Amino acid sequence: MTTATDVQALLDSMTRDLETLIRAQRLREPAMVGIHTGGVWVARELHQRLGIAPPLGSLDISFYRDDFTRIGMNPQVRPSDLPFTVDDRDIILVDDVLHTGRTVRAALNELFDYGRPASIFLAVLVERSGRELPIQAHVVGTHLDLEPGEHVKLTGPEPLTLVRQKAA
Amino acid sequence: MSASNLQIDSRGRLRHFLSIEGLTRPLLTDVLDTAESFAGVAEQSIKKVPLLRGRTIVNLFFEASTRTRTTFELAAKRLSADVLNININASSTVKGETLLDMLRNLEAMHCDMFVVRHADSGAAHFMARHVAPHISVINAGDGRHSHPTQALLDMFTIRREKGPDFGRLRVAIVGDIQHSRVARSQIHALNLLNTGQVHVVAPKTLVPAQAEQLGVKVYHNLADGIRDADVVIMLRLQRERMQGALLPSEHEYFQLFGLTEERLAYAKPDAIVMHPGPINRGVEMDSQVADGPRSVILQQVTHGIAVRMAVMSMAMRRKTASETEPEIP
Repeated sequence: MTTATDVQALLDSMTRDLETLIRAQRLREPAMVGIHTGGVWVARELHQRLGIAPPLGSLDISFYRDDFTRIGMNPQVRPSDLPFTVDDRDIILVDDVLHTGRTVRAALNELFDYGRPASIFLAVLVERSGRELPIQAHVVGTHLDLEPGEHVKLTGPEPLTLVRQKAA
Repeated sequence: MSASNLQIDSRGRLRHFLSIEGLTRPLLTDVLDTAESFAGVAEQSIKKVPLLRGRTIVNLFFEASTRTRTTFELAAKRLSADVLNININASSTVKGETLLDMLRNLEAMHCDMFVVRHADSGAAHFMARHVAPHISVINAGDGRHSHPTQALLDMFTIRREKGPDFGRLRVAIVGDIQHSRVARSQIHALNLLNTGQVHVVAPKTLVPAQAEQLGVKVYHNLADGIRDADVVIMLRLQRERMQGALLPSEHEYFQLFGLTEERLAYAKPDAIVMHPGPINRGVEMDSQVADGPRSVILQQVTHGIAVRMAVMSMAMRRKTASETEPEIP
């Protein structure tokens, strides 16, 4: 069974929440960083809607995964690209689905190898159940309680669609 | 040669890295793409990724080398591996049984990867055939046979400078083709990437008789050989060849085959000049060329680190490798 959701409405509500967050936290010139691949798609949309000045950054966390010794190298590693200085910067980290929290852990480690950010906030399109680490998002598009064996994933980049799938 | 089955596992992934022969074009391109990502690590303020944390890599050098050993060591360290450098004096012949004994000892110390340079052709293959299943062997140069990571870093450099379409390139390799493991690996790699034209340029005494079977064009005149080339690769002239009566003198070699700014004018105006190092200034090329605007010799050194990081991380096996285990998505 598969259900597909259009994500435009979710992106709109995330944009509003991020505007509130940026104001409340008094972030000055925050930079936005998407995690490959889905996170970059979401970040691209938010970056544009929010009119963020520093260019969009992207992270490929393949070199920081904790399961490298089990699954080996991902054959399609893309270079990470942070076109701004990380030191003393407020950073909004964006991913498509927050599940175990391991991807975010790897992304935090990688960011810190580029410098010492002033702060990092996490925005995700989907927050689902199944956390294995003490990590939570500041801005969430939608919460999903998934049944065991059920998965959610973002397909894109054009159009962005959220696909909820139950294993047959 | 069974290098292909030896260095590639049943899923087509790198298991050891022994020679360019036996690689497929997609796999070679994968290595270059991965190296491209690793090149970015040098831009981080902490120039390290935790990929091989807790792994031990042994540099086993039976032959002197500074550049290759250093860049392998740096590559391993940037992957967060622990590195052991063992330099074995070439004259104290460590062969056959004793080499195997050494392997067993290093295995007993729970090492995970051997990077091997040896004066005998086939030394790395020999080790790959005899190591425990969880250990990977990387060839850092064996005799006259092969120096595959050098060839890869050369391809990486050419791709960065000239773009990914090798089909429109003319590449000239100049120097001692006969004794050069670098040239042999370069020719195989250039062929694998469908390079438009590969020229080799050398005195008659320094070209193997069957060179043209490798799909290259042989020239004995520098101007003809490098004419309209996009890439000119100069090889190191090994001084020990001078005693073999293969060459009259370094001076005469430079007169005929040394690269000067003047002669470089035969190549395309935007041609790049490469050299695997170390350079004999005034023998293979003039200092003006080596230090000139078209020289990418130091970029080659830098790229060597990223390429070796790619090879080492791709070849590193799981500790308890079981090929039947399904891939985790």
